[in-house]
Amino acid sequence: MSNTTFQTIQHSKQYNWLVKNLFSSWVNTLMTIIAAIFLYQVGTAFLDWAFFSADFKTNFQGDLITDRNLCSKNIAPGEYGACWAIIYARFDQFMYGLYPVEESWRVNLTYALLPFAIVGLLFDKLPFRKYFIYFTFIFPFIAYFMLYGGPGLSVVGTNKWGGLLVTLFLGVTGIGLAFPLSIALALGRRSQMPIIRSICVVFIEFIRGVPLITLLFTANVMLPLFLPDGVNPDNLLRALVAVTLFQSAYMAEAIRGGLQAIPRGQVEAAQSLGLSYWQTTRKIVLPQALKIAIPPIVNTCIGLFKDTSLVLIIGLFDLLGVGKAALADMSWTKLYYEVYVFIALVFFIFCFGMSRYSLYLEKKLKTDNS
Amino acid sequence: MHNNFVRKIIFDEKLRALVIQTLTIGIFAVIIYLLVKQTAYNLDKRGISSGFDFLGMSAGYDISIRLIPFTSDDTHLRAYFVGLLNTLLIAICGCFLATIIGFLVGIIRLSSNWLFRNIAYVYVEFTRNVPVLLQIILYYSILLHLPKIKQAIVLLDTFYLTNRGLFSPSPIFKEGFSIVIGSFIAALIASFFIKKYLQKKQEQTGKQYPIFLINSALIIFTPIIFYYIMGMPLEFDSPILKGFNFKGGMVVRPEFLGMLFGLSIYTAAFISETVRSGIISVSKGQREASKALGLKNNLMMRLIIIPQALRVIIPPLTSQYLNLTKNSSLGIAIGYADLVHGFGGISLNQTGRAIEIMLIVMFTYLTISLIISFFMNVYNKAVQFKGNA
Repeated sequence: MSNTTFQTIQHSKQYNWLVKNLFSSWVNTLMTIIAAIFLYQVGTAFLDWAFFSADFKTNFQGDLITDRNLCSKNIAPGEYGACWAIIYARFDQFMYGLYPVEESWRVNLTYALLPFAIVGLLFDKLPFRKYFIYFTFIFPFIAYFMLYGGPGLSVVGTNKWGGLLVTLFLGVTGIGLAFPLSIALALGRRSQMPIIRSICVVFIEFIRGVPLITLLFTANVMLPLFLPDGVNPDNLLRALVAVTLFQSAYMAEAIRGGLQAIPRGQVEAAQSLGLSYWQTTRKIVLPQALKIAIPPIVNTCIGLFKDTSLVLIIGLFDLLGVGKAALADMSWTKLYYEVYVFIALVFFIFCFGMSRYSLYLEKKLKTDNS
Repeated sequence: MHNNFVRKIIFDEKLRALVIQTLTIGIFAVIIYLLVKQTAYNLDKRGISSGFDFLGMSAGYDISIRLIPFTSDDTHLRAYFVGLLNTLLIAICGCFLATIIGFLVGIIRLSSNWLFRNIAYVYVEFTRNVPVLLQIILYYSILLHLPKIKQAIVLLDTFYLTNRGLFSPSPIFKEGFSIVIGSFIAALIASFFIKKYLQKKQEQTGKQYPIFLINSALIIFTPIIFYYIMGMPLEFDSPILKGFNFKGGMVVRPEFLGMLFGLSIYTAAFISETVRSGIISVSKGQREASKALGLKNNLMMRLIIIPQALRVIIPPLTSQYLNLTKNSSLGIAIGYADLVHGFGGISLNQTGRAIEIMLIVMFTYLTISLIISFFMNVYNKAVQFKGNA
């Protein structure tokens, strides 16, 4: 007689996962098949276009591509994909704009130093954080000297700046300048003094109610009208003023959210210890409020970074502006997919990085508080 | 040394507040005075006149995308209204499309199917981390490089997709069509009362009625019946290729389509996130309770989950609508004739009245923002907890 043993069927972890997530019912299985077909079609088409059938520096005949007529897809239509040569040809412009080529090391050096200036702000458990923070405060002066010039370095006017340089300059400087302003606005909005409060409310709500492009226009057209003779800020500076004001209003609202999350008992305890308003604010309220507010602040920063692309409308050459200029060049025209996909990728890397950081902070805050 | 007043300013809270605020007003007044004086001087020096009289002058330019008639002889004021209508048009269409895509993607993000949910995730991450302006320009470029009119892509034998836009038949309303529309509105109103009545009956008797089915049938079939009774008072004027262009029909221009796709695809990514977090926020007990009561999946969604999720979704949804409306000002980048492009751009260049025009444009956007906020707040109040709040 056969010896039957009962045993529960133990499937592997992977098998269980597959069943649960892909084949739990016949509807789910059907969805999986549809999605798989879709992914296969789109994925292979994209990979083929972007890599396998694409030209990088040379075309299929092995010639260096110097204008669009030499792209494989224009020599043999229908058989080849992207022609990335336009990115190679215009790479300097994408990175520096019209910055003199022999001086571009200065921009590179600033790019290389930028992470060191930021990293101290991002991670509070960084070793030697104090020194990184010191560097953060010195960095703007170094960057100004390196980029604009001064004693020992030739002056490069901001009209020569462009591409990623302008995008990063507006993004980083705008955020940096807006930060103190936004703290003042957020505190002012919660002030007991009615006049200060209403000035802050009107400012914040006005800025948040109008599109950035109207602020950029206003700064571009009207700033020269407001200022005395001889004071004539260049276009980049005008855009910076608009961007800073814009960002400060949004950041102020993020900080206000943090301020509201501080229990009233904290302020009362500080006051009963005899701390003045400024002492309470600086030592008790702000450190806690800013910590809570960092994730939403980072989100406004992502928004601002994307919005710097609007300066192309007032005639500045940021990444997108350089891209449009490249496409306007007769020898490269019509390669818009390549140019826009490249620019989108650059923006995506920065913004996605920031949003991951914001997520990381949110997770950290949750574990810190529990 | 014992100056009482100085001591008081420092230590008396009320007096200190008064002094600080008076000083702020003073500084503000001085700054504004200096600004106004300097601006007046600068305007005078450049020979720029000011005032709002330019609104009555003829604009001297043409606007290709318009909802009301406009020629270059019309005034700047009329140009303003043409632009305003175009802004509202793109904002409304954009919000509508973005809401549909956003809700779909948000629900797919919570699908039990791993592939579906991750395709939606990739869509969300890629669209919301790329500037909306770049997306608008990209979609516009794609639309501009569609086939020429002669090689138009024909959809369903009636629509022609070309690099000059989407050509479609235009409706011609004949006599009696207003009655069809009237019957439609009447059916809508009737369905509202039927719903109220049947719900009341259901509460009294416990018997369920197919309210949705009855009302759908009513709303769909009433206008159709009246349409045939009135002798089919609607005809379509189809576009016909003649020479180098289409004759007849109507055209949706690539500028509009580019704006529409850019704005709604971008905003939908954000909306989907708010929808997702709204649905997640409904506590698990609610699902379990409704399952225990024997509700089917779609009923559970409609009666239990969505109404509660809406409370969380509406406030961030409002700010997304506001963002979309403000972003519609980017039409200037691709030549969509919105408020900023026509009135804020061309009129400004022609008249040089920068201050007046920018003020008008900004206050228009402020007003639109306030109106959207107002209506969304009303709606928000309607969906919030009643009674026990």
